[in-house]
Amino acid sequence: MFHSRFLASVAVSSLLLGAAPTLTYAETPPDTLIQAWSIDDIITLDPAEIFEFTASEIAGNTYETLIGYNPKDVSDIYGRAADSWTVSEDGKTIHFKMKEGRKFASGNPITAADAVFSLVRAVKLDKSPAFIIGQLGFTPDNVEQNIKQTGEYTFDFTMDKPYATTLALYCLTATVASVVDEKLVMEHAKDGDYGYDWLKTHYAGSGPFTIKDWRPNEAVILERDENYSGEAPTMKRVIYRHIPETSTQRLLLEKGDIDIARNLTADDIAALKGDDNIELESGIKGTLYYLGLNQKNEYLSKPKVREAMKYLLDYDTIANTIMSGKVKVHQAFLPEGFLGAYNENPYSLNIDKAKELLKEAGVPDGFKVTMDTRNTPEITAMAQAMQQSMAKAGIDLELIPGDGKQTLTKYRARKHDIYIGRWGPDFQDPHTNASTFAFNPDNSDDATSKPLAWRNAWDIPELTKATDAAMLERDAKKRADMYVDEQKKVLDNGPFVIYAQEIEVLGARKDVKGIVIGPSFNDNNFAHVTK
Amino acid sequence: MTTTLLSGRRSARWIMKILSTLGTVAVTFLGLLIVTFLIGRVVPVDPVLSVVGDRATQAQYDAAYHALGLDKPLIEQFWIWLVNVFHGDLGTSNLTTRPIAEDIARVFPATLELATVSIILGTAIGIPLGVWAAVRQGKLVDQIVRVVGLVGYSAPVFWLGLMGLLLFYFKMGLISGPGRIDLSYEYDFTPVTGLFLIDTAMQGAWGAFANVFSHIILPASLLGYLSLAYISRMTRSFMLNELGQEYITTARVKGVPEWRIIWGQALRNAAVPLVTVVALSYASLLEGSVLTETVFAWPGLGQYLTNSLQNADMNAVLGGTLVIGAIFVGLNMLSDLLYTLLDARTRNRK
Repeated sequence: MFHSRFLASVAVSSLLLGAAPTLTYAETPPDTLIQAWSIDDIITLDPAEIFEFTASEIAGNTYETLIGYNPKDVSDIYGRAADSWTVSEDGKTIHFKMKEGRKFASGNPITAADAVFSLVRAVKLDKSPAFIIGQLGFTPDNVEQNIKQTGEYTFDFTMDKPYATTLALYCLTATVASVVDEKLVMEHAKDGDYGYDWLKTHYAGSGPFTIKDWRPNEAVILERDENYSGEAPTMKRVIYRHIPETSTQRLLLEKGDIDIARNLTADDIAALKGDDNIELESGIKGTLYYLGLNQKNEYLSKPKVREAMKYLLDYDTIANTIMSGKVKVHQAFLPEGFLGAYNENPYSLNIDKAKELLKEAGVPDGFKVTMDTRNTPEITAMAQAMQQSMAKAGIDLELIPGDGKQTLTKYRARKHDIYIGRWGPDFQDPHTNASTFAFNPDNSDDATSKPLAWRNAWDIPELTKATDAAMLERDAKKRADMYVDEQKKVLDNGPFVIYAQEIEVLGARKDVKGIVIGPSFNDNNFAHVTK
Repeated sequence: MTTTLLSGRRSARWIMKILSTLGTVAVTFLGLLIVTFLIGRVVPVDPVLSVVGDRATQAQYDAAYHALGLDKPLIEQFWIWLVNVFHGDLGTSNLTTRPIAEDIARVFPATLELATVSIILGTAIGIPLGVWAAVRQGKLVDQIVRVVGLVGYSAPVFWLGLMGLLLFYFKMGLISGPGRIDLSYEYDFTPVTGLFLIDTAMQGAWGAFANVFSHIILPASLLGYLSLAYISRMTRSFMLNELGQEYITTARVKGVPEWRIIWGQALRNAAVPLVTVVALSYASLLEGSVLTETVFAWPGLGQYLTNSLQNADMNAVLGGTLVIGAIFVGLNMLSDLLYTLLDARTRNRK
């Protein structure tokens, strides 16, 4: 019925379309890269505030940070806006020298004043990502004294302690350390807001692309920055279209109306594997998938129960079947690729061993427990698989489905039993994950710091000290060993069942070449894409 | 003298009528807003999270909590919001960081355009189908119309949308894909009303017009189909009621041609309650159909409101509710007015 009625409307449409020559479909414009992505998480375009996946990627393509690293080997650190640096003898001050003769998209020159302004601005505005710089000892009150311009192209960066230099440098690769155009931003400043109100929806950077337009829930349009000092991008425009439904993304990709689909599900990936016109590109990400076991729960607080839980996940099925290659098995809290990452995976599904451990814990018949589960198809599918394998050892896992923000609200209030979560590192240094999985300075309910260890009520004074110490170790080898040791402790005893590391998979038309998928979201790069 | 008195009484009655209508509208709005506001506050989602994210420190969290006014008592929060609304300020969205009024002005035309095309399709096809089914009651046509209605009621719109795209866009290539317009046409015209069909037509951008049309036709047909299902069922039952009346028998006895009896007399009377049916269908389309908007990547009110609600962005939700409330009230008043025009009895009622 629908069909015949539709044909009638198509007949009407053909009549009306008679005037237009022909409708052209497929084939995106040759100088424009069009991507379909769910971009409704963007809440700001200001690098001092950006902390969301999509906005981070956009900032990575439109701003330059002081420091960069090779996405294929993150230990290869190099200067982006910075040219070189030396460290003072006491290890507290880094003297930076900027690259000369470069311009912002606006045409203003990039100098040390802009770099200092950007860092001071980020700390003073004190938005969510400000701690990345702030953790090196900078506060809104002292930042102006401690990050100081010393010449047109030089400035000093003085921390409160002699932190590992790599930690400081990795912090400066984060989006929050992007260099913004002081002159342009300050033209729009009002009431001492450092141009925050304006930059939330505008652009003032020097990356390969500029942000031309952001239409919430609709599109983000990037345009080639003609003043970019690096190799000019091949594409004139990069357009992100907000397509929330993954099946729709797949249809558009197969039809050739977009070049890249970003949110393909495991099912879509499996279906696209045989398509000759589509290339599946993948790259390992730093994001980890884990279960958080609340230590306020009488069963989960037993060490043997925690250990048993680690034998009750079917790791391989989750990674290869349910997620269809969108994750790989990984069990330690530092993702593969990080300094000191421990890449052994000691646990695998072993029901008998788990039963034995439960018996030793005094709960031979298992117990009932709930798990707050984000209602996305993939998280739900993984949770259901866990439910089945746990049932075999007598654990009755009840899934409580909820929207992302809803489950997170409950998790942050420590009101869950088990939370199935996803954690992405904030910057490329091991401290980022150590400071959340192995750090909990105050386990009381009204603590001001709420790392993942706190959220799961895991009181760990020793590990907290170890994390603090590793932050200050300037010998890279020793520092790596310290983190390996921490990871082993968390693996053995922690309330985290870390089971997978994310692999970002995107579907691209065959002719699209040169996509870079980096470990962090601001590393995904489209500057050298050709098609 | 008498005339003056009479007309004085009449105008007093009109003033009373207008005042009472305005009073009802005000109470309705207030109730609607209070309920929405309270729902937003009891939803177990922390609105601060969507502003500062998961990684914020306690100090940043507290600052945002304070900036959103959440530290004030509920009643005071509502009062502040209400006072601002009376000053024409709907507030700022936490998610898009723009004024709500600007957001709604951006997303609402997309929904309005889709809903209007849909209701035109639904009414233009639904009413004749309903009439036809009533005239051929119990015959094959009637059964077919009933099945069409049943499918429209029961098939998931999400599934129908995807199947429609698969068939007409992907396999047959008859229409354009998701979205309102292809990028290559986007700069061929300047959005004035935000209704792309009208904007393109007024500016003579016929290529863009055709493109917009080929984008809207499938989602509009789909939503039109859903309203058609309802409208045709209701038309059928109103018509059956009219066709059983004595004046129809009299007309037939007098030899009035059957087509005139059906289309001229029975339908004319059935049209009175039908106005409400169509108006309500239109109003529900104007709320924005979130599933259709999601499948077709249609940047409309439904998607905007759902996203806002999931992030506890209450200013946006309240702003949207206000718009939807106004639509319902407006359409109700319009259907009342049409009643008066269509039904002589309501016109003369004192």
